[in-house]
Amino acid sequence: MSGLNAYDRLVFELSSPGRVGFSLPESDVPAGPLTELVPEKYLRGAAAALPEVSEFDVVRHYSRLSRMNYGVDTHFYPLGSCTMKYNPKLNEDMARLAGFARLHPLVRDEDAQGALQLMYDLAAMLAEIAGMDAVSLQPAAGAQGEFAGVLMIRAYHQSRGEKRTKVLIPDSAHGTNPASTAIAGYEVVEVKSLPNGEVDVESLAREVGPDVAAFMITVPNTLGMFEPRIMEITDICHAKGVQVYMDGANLNAILGITRPGDLGFDVCHFNLHKTFTTPHGGGGPGAGPVGIKAHLEPFLPVPVIVKDGDTYARDWKRPKSIGKLQAFWGNFGMLVRAYTYIRTMGADGLRSVADNAVLNANYIMKRLEADYDVSVPGPCMHECVMSARRQKKHGITATDIAKRLLDLGFYAPSTYFPLIVEEALMIEPTETEAKETLDAFCDAMIQIARETEREPAVIHDAPVTTPVRRLDQTRAAREPDLKWSPKG
Amino acid sequence: MPSRYIANTPAEQRDMLKTIGAASIEDLLVKIPPKARLSRPLALPPALAETDLVRHLRALAATNADADRFACFVGGGSYDHYVPSPINHLISRGEFFTAYTPYQPEASQGTLRTIYEYQTMIAELTGMDVANASIYDGASSLAEAALMAHAATDRREIVLARGVNPLYRRVTATYCDGAGVRLRDAAGPDGALDLDTARKLVTAKTAALVVQSPNFFGILEDVAAAAELAHAAGALLVVVSDPVNLGVLEGPGRLGADIVVGEGQGLGVPMSFGGPNLGVFAARSALVRRMPGRLVGATVDRDGARGFVLTLQTREQHIRRAKATSNICTNVALCALMATIYLATLGKQGLRRVGELSTAKAHYAAEQLTKVPGVSLRFAQPFFKEFVLRLPKPPATVVARLAKRRILPGVPLKTYDRMLADCLLVAVTEQRTREEIDAYAAALAEVLK
Repeated sequence: MSGLNAYDRLVFELSSPGRVGFSLPESDVPAGPLTELVPEKYLRGAAAALPEVSEFDVVRHYSRLSRMNYGVDTHFYPLGSCTMKYNPKLNEDMARLAGFARLHPLVRDEDAQGALQLMYDLAAMLAEIAGMDAVSLQPAAGAQGEFAGVLMIRAYHQSRGEKRTKVLIPDSAHGTNPASTAIAGYEVVEVKSLPNGEVDVESLAREVGPDVAAFMITVPNTLGMFEPRIMEITDICHAKGVQVYMDGANLNAILGITRPGDLGFDVCHFNLHKTFTTPHGGGGPGAGPVGIKAHLEPFLPVPVIVKDGDTYARDWKRPKSIGKLQAFWGNFGMLVRAYTYIRTMGADGLRSVADNAVLNANYIMKRLEADYDVSVPGPCMHECVMSARRQKKHGITATDIAKRLLDLGFYAPSTYFPLIVEEALMIEPTETEAKETLDAFCDAMIQIARETEREPAVIHDAPVTTPVRRLDQTRAAREPDLKWSPKG
Repeated sequence: MPSRYIANTPAEQRDMLKTIGAASIEDLLVKIPPKARLSRPLALPPALAETDLVRHLRALAATNADADRFACFVGGGSYDHYVPSPINHLISRGEFFTAYTPYQPEASQGTLRTIYEYQTMIAELTGMDVANASIYDGASSLAEAALMAHAATDRREIVLARGVNPLYRRVTATYCDGAGVRLRDAAGPDGALDLDTARKLVTAKTAALVVQSPNFFGILEDVAAAAELAHAAGALLVVVSDPVNLGVLEGPGRLGADIVVGEGQGLGVPMSFGGPNLGVFAARSALVRRMPGRLVGATVDRDGARGFVLTLQTREQHIRRAKATSNICTNVALCALMATIYLATLGKQGLRRVGELSTAKAHYAAEQLTKVPGVSLRFAQPFFKEFVLRLPKPPATVVARLAKRRILPGVPLKTYDRMLADCLLVAVTEQRTREEIDAYAAALAEVLK
């Protein structure tokens, strides 16, 4: 390793006994030594082996580690299904206002009116965007939103005395869909998609029956296509008493164009960290509010934020509620960011988001179609799924292409998802990227296609410009090394 | 008005449409049937310019009783601990802040290394073999632990001590319902776990016994005794623990815990009205393949250089789907980064100091507040930084009257436990000064007159 990114230290390896990075006052209260306050049997036998470093050690260490990452701020990040759009800085300033960031969750409603108002208004705006009757902001992430939605469906069927045991999910779905459904106690039945990724409506019609609780589907689907017969699908489900759930991961594509509620969905979740610009933070936190139609309202998680005249409150008196999903009310810091974003954009702005997301994705699809196989003919919505099956004949896989892109200064598309496309490269540019960035990315992809035929070695070797080269995943899994120890 | 978050100009849009071979963006939306289309603009409040929006949000924020303007003695799962300045600066670096889950490890070594450091620090504090990369919050961590104990033991009952945070209990109940796992409460007259009651409830059907220490009432539990009791019945011991206290208190792993979960918000994460928080999750190594959430492991690259990757992913939803150990995907990596920077900054001496100051001030506060006529400690057992006061007037009234003096005196316990309708849960961190504590005691004396 050399150059800008050369750095291979962990904070423990910087430790020097006696060095400090903190500043805390002397105690200003008369109190005896610790052992007089807390019986010795509760106290640590040995001090925790935390690092001993200066504040500047900390700042330089983590600054240097940060430079070993690609982020949206520094790199084009066309990760399909993840909506890696620009995260506005204003949102950050607003979430950090002391009145929000320094507010304790267990203060009285009277002492949190501004926070509750923001939540109430955000829920109403999300309900309007999705055409739903009510929204719970409590789920911490998309997967928790799915879990909450499926639990509400379950409670609904139970309240009607119906015993339904299965949930149908297409084979193109995100992995969280079957996982969330399974912990809610349902049997997951995978439904085969048509080769073009669309629902096989006739086969679905045969599968829905009195034992099916719900059908769960992503719109636009994970191939980046709008489901053309979706209204027919929701009708077929409803005719058999089956609830229809929309995974809202791809909501960015349809903002202001069409709404899940109007398409007939009973439940949908929102990923505020995708569509509504809250940062991904290296894996989270996100927020996964869940929207529902009126017949599911009695089952909402508690507390529900309500408005009475000009005052806002947390309503706990909901006897049919599915309960709670996290200790408090939701990932409030993320809610402030999403609220700020929606108030920045307004209705026209959000519509323009969808339009430009679709335009950008189609532009990439068109520019790449001569060199890569298109999984489904366009036009696509907010993302396009290409296949590297042509490159694979030359021994170059989707993974190889992803690694080569890193060398060319781009983060990689999602690879091998959806599972129904061979050597999938799922590309989602988002509306916040400019044409010249899309062109540079397409040029790189086309260059890789040429290299596949002329100099595959450069692709097999990639990446060579990153802080480390390809990593041994097998060794990591076979001999798990999950924490640092002084022995090294 | 063009949006500052969208770059394409009308001329660029025309260029791109020409390349695509479409006349308009509308032409790209042909798969959406006309009857599915929204025929009107979304009914949202009008867009606001940055200046106006800032004014609006500042006004909303100003109506909240935040811990900058009020002396905060509220705890119950979220605490006003000090947040050292470097944390916000470092986490705000776009390379950390705007990165996705580190699925391309070569371009994500920064995130992967910080998670590996985090796992190391949490394992060290809790006294466990292995910690994951985070769960949403303490409550959902406990829920995941309950499901994991069920899967590991193939038993269907979870016994919870009375002192487990009731909000955590509620979340655990939500998660366990679908799996058919039943919760049983080891209630007792005291705030601490009643071992005789627990012994009757923990049987061959019990997947895990759950204790929290310090518990919801601030009381220190005898974790070692609980471990012995659980293990005698072949059950696991799950301990809920706030890691910020573990600079001073013994790691539950060294007292026999099989799984340690907790809320890591105190480690440099803003209270932020309750979220995002930091779900800590650690376990014995024998349980690692049943753990929920992401794990980062060390390995080597092609040249033999040290590198880090997400590992043991066959546990996770994107591989195992319906059979995954958990449905979690997005976690709270950035909060884990805050905790990592916090623990590096505080270090070996600083975290101990936070614990010493918090408990010293809590004991001083308990002494001063119980000098007020009619006020007493509800429980006699040793506590750490939180304690329960019994008041001669309704706690909600006291809270309302002290709020007028910019004091947030604690959490009335009536809604959590009917037996404690006259009680107030008070938390004291290193942030509270003697002056604030004395002012609280004086104000309490006045409102109780």
